Amino acid sequence: MRNTKRTQKIAFFFLFLATLLVVVPVGMIVVIIVQKGIPAINWQFLTDVPRQGMRSGGIFPAIIGTLYLVGGAIIFALPIGLLAAIYLSEYSKENFLSRIIKLAIVNLAGVPSVVYGLFGLALFVVFCKFGASILAGSLTLGIMILPIIITTSREALESVPYSFREVSLSLGASKWQTIRHIVLPNAIPGILTGTILGLGRAAGETAPILFTVAAFYLPRLPKSIFDQAMALPYHLYVISTQVPNVDEKIRYGTALVLLTLVLFMNLVAIIIRYKFRKKKKW
Amino acid sequence: MAGIRVNNLDLWYGDFQALKNVSADFKEKRITAIIGPSGCGKSTMLRVFNRMNDFIEGVRTSGEIIIDNENIINPETDLVLLRKKVGMVFQRPNPFPLSIYENIVFGERIHAEKINKNNLDEIVEQSLKSVLLWDELKDKLNRPALSLSLEQKQRLCIARLIAVKPEVLLMDEPCSTLDPQATQRIEELMRELRKNYTIIIVTHNMQQAARVSDDTGFMLLGELIEFDSTQNIFTAPKDKRTEDYITGRYG
Repeated sequence: MRNTKRTQKIAFFFLFLATLLVVVPVGMIVVIIVQKGIPAINWQFLTDVPRQGMRSGGIFPAIIGTLYLVGGAIIFALPIGLLAAIYLSEYSKENFLSRIIKLAIVNLAGVPSVVYGLFGLALFVVFCKFGASILAGSLTLGIMILPIIITTSREALESVPYSFREVSLSLGASKWQTIRHIVLPNAIPGILTGTILGLGRAAGETAPILFTVAAFYLPRLPKSIFDQAMALPYHLYVISTQVPNVDEKIRYGTALVLLTLVLFMNLVAIIIRYKFRKKKKW
Repeated sequence: MAGIRVNNLDLWYGDFQALKNVSADFKEKRITAIIGPSGCGKSTMLRVFNRMNDFIEGVRTSGEIIIDNENIINPETDLVLLRKKVGMVFQRPNPFPLSIYENIVFGERIHAEKINKNNLDEIVEQSLKSVLLWDELKDKLNRPALSLSLEQKQRLCIARLIAVKPEVLLMDEPCSTLDPQATQRIEELMRELRKNYTIIIVTHNMQQAARVSDDTGFMLLGELIEFDSTQNIFTAPKDKRTEDYITGRYG
């Protein structure tokens, strides 16, 4: 009897320890980056172009580049992903083709990001002759986040109760009217959440933009979508490994800006989801 | 006004025959109850009248259902028109997660070519008055419909349906989630609505059928065993099986 109790206590202790170990790296990453990055953060760092071979100045072009890329990715991925999700959840019947499509989406989600980069290079940069450009990079990132958007949108659409659709149809609405007036409005918070998570992913990835858009050093803002651009993750890579004698606080400052951007997006997604859950009453 | 004439109706779900050679005459401005044990096909029967069975895969029907001189079993039937004419109230009150106002004008927004705000207000007032909710809710039209009580929700669903100006109301166990007082009030409402609509109600509850309906059909295993005035069904059933069901021997 006492033995069982003690075994249980020991088991609990190790389970707790394992769980605690998850928190430690997250906490340490945040603490270290904030601690070492904060001294670099000032108005000039956020709004100036890099100077003296990126050893001083700011990271403004990289911030803007990342925002362009993320915005571009969403312009391509959201409409396509949403329409595909609507087709899959509302129209497609359970058959060989729809199973193939669903399998393809799952696999698309599992493709390593560097492969997307190579694919983007071959298709958009070389074959479509976009060159290394914001357009090519956005398209590549867009394809990378498609599975996230499709999967979360599908879940959001399918979580709208069947009874709503049934009533709407019974009132003489067509299937499309039902989707537009009833299903979509109720799925929007879920779709938004998925989209923002996708954005966070796109903002943080280095490999897909490596060959398709990222400029090593471009101390001005891009002029059109056919321009190259700097981007935060790639800039971080460059100043950490390719350029000698970069002040540590500049590296950590860049990391802090990137981390804040991504965490902020995830936070917005969490808030939307939380509000939605509280409101949902069916 | 439309009654519904059913001739030799058969319905299959795949290999399973859910309705067997059903013929009946649902008269206008009367309440007809369909009773019978679970799985006898009474809900199926109700759902052929506005073709809600179409959404189930593998459904086949044959025979005739005549509404306004048209056989609505025909594949060419305009389902939008049919469903505007033949509306449905479901078992669970199911208002949309919108305001009370928007729930009622949903049909108008979908069907009208041009939306006129005064017209919408008029529709809301008339529909709520006809389900006796206007006095209760006229100052709360922008409240979410999901905050209403179960009974109010079910009334709202009926109002939402009436706003489409149907001729036939199909009710699929409309009181099964309500308490006895609410049930009684909904039944009163049904008697009120009978003046303007043809009402067909499916119910598990024999007392309800006896209380509220003018005609009653008894179904068993997909067959319509007996169809007569409610008075006759409950006092002098002709078929032994009807009598057994009504006296509570099974079901």
